[in-house]
Amino acid sequence: MRWTWRNLDSIGAALGEHVLLVGAALLLAAAVALPLGVLAARRPVLRAAAMGGSAVLYSVPTLALFALLVPLLGLGFRAALLALASYAMPVLLRAVVTGLEGVAPAVRDAADGMGLTPRQKLWQVELPLALPSMLAGLRVAVATLVSAATVAAYIGGGGLGVLILTGLDQGHTEKILVGATLVCALALAADTALRRMQRA
Amino acid sequence: MIELRGITKAWPGGAGVQALDLSVPEGECCALIGPSGCGKTTTLRLVNRLVEPDAGSIRITGQDALAQDPVQLRRGIGYVIQEGGLFPHRRVGANVAVVPALLGWDAARTRARVEEVLALVGLDPAQYRDRWPHQLSGGERQRVGVARALAADPPVLLLDEPFGAVDPLRRAQLQQEVLALLKRLRKTVLLVTHDVQEAVLLGDSLALMRAGRLVQHAAPAEMLARPADGFVADFLGADRALTRLGLFRISDVPREAASVPGEALPEATTLRDALSAMLERGVTALPVAEGGSLTLEAVLASR
Repeated sequence: MRWTWRNLDSIGAALGEHVLLVGAALLLAAAVALPLGVLAARRPVLRAAAMGGSAVLYSVPTLALFALLVPLLGLGFRAALLALASYAMPVLLRAVVTGLEGVAPAVRDAADGMGLTPRQKLWQVELPLALPSMLAGLRVAVATLVSAATVAAYIGGGGLGVLILTGLDQGHTEKILVGATLVCALALAADTALRRMQRA
Repeated sequence: MIELRGITKAWPGGAGVQALDLSVPEGECCALIGPSGCGKTTTLRLVNRLVEPDAGSIRITGQDALAQDPVQLRRGIGYVIQEGGLFPHRRVGANVAVVPALLGWDAARTRARVEEVLALVGLDPAQYRDRWPHQLSGGERQRVGVARALAADPPVLLLDEPFGAVDPLRRAQLQQEVLALLKRLRKTVLLVTHDVQEAVLLGDSLALMRAGRLVQHAAPAEMLARPADGFVADFLGADRALTRLGLFRISDVPREAASVPGEALPEATTLRDALSAMLERGVTALPVAEGGSLTLEAVLASR
């Protein structure tokens, strides 16, 4: 444990990087998935294309996606961010589309019939009703990203993966354990927080 | 007043509405009936422009509905659908307040109106305002649906199978209450139903549709007594003469002065129920509680 006590600041920095990477990737993914999902839920052709495309995107292995992006964006935070965002986007997109599709037709009909504008219907009725599905998708996305971000260390993305990776290189068990434990703890903490939000 | 003139709407799959003329005078209820796919729901949805017509004109309380912004138009028309279509994520009070909120009413006025309309539909505001839709029975949800439609006090109401999801025992009571309410508030109502008994009970007039066309539009007693053709007669049912007797009460027909023995019926009893009582007792005359007696001849003469 001596190493840990001496390196608390760099461990903290790695944890901070990890959280930042996951958070930024989630924001980026949501910024694409939310509008795309809203559009796709109303247009069958776009829906098929978006769902099909995102299924392909999601099935690409994390490491392969990182490798593919390096020639385009180089090593570093940006490449890692983009890879993680494109990994989370399909999960969020599916959650938005299924959430919106789950709104009962009678409820939409009542909203139209009472004189809500399409925008009012979206914000006041459809999105609130899609929220449980969207939160469930967010939970999956967060769990996926917290672990996938570990791999980002391979392309210089930083984060807790760096501790594990250098620990493996140096045969430094304590370093590996600290990195791995913090990744697990982060995943569990985020999931617990989101589960509480889902219940509320 | 709702006035449809030459309304035509074609659907790709057929079964639209063809050159329909229909008017509902102010304060009256017109029940649209007909087999499924006859265009009755399309007709209803044309009035608040959830469906846009290909041709024809629509006037509501004298105004050209097709010249107005559809969103504004709908805020001025009450709309009740099967199961109520309540917003599941909002409490009863917020559901009822949807249109007032859209119209920008202030909180105090909205709150007072929500309490008023909940009481109108027979729900205690203190008890129901803060409940969620999933905590209500089918009949209660439907009442809230009616309250929501009445909230901004629109002159015109559209009811699409409003009692379809209510269990049969409660349905009759709810129909009676809604009927009394609509009469008292003098709303102009277009009602879609597949239930002839419901149409006869609630409608001042019946409009029977078939394959997108209006086959007959008449007062219930008139249509039941003189169906325009075999289709109308079939649709109204073999028991249409009995249904028609349900429209009249003992007080509507002449009585004999002499009393007869037996348990007396109040004069508010329908002739249908009176005839049923005669059949049950095997008699041709019944005593009336208010005095005198009702004879089988008088019932038969009411045709």
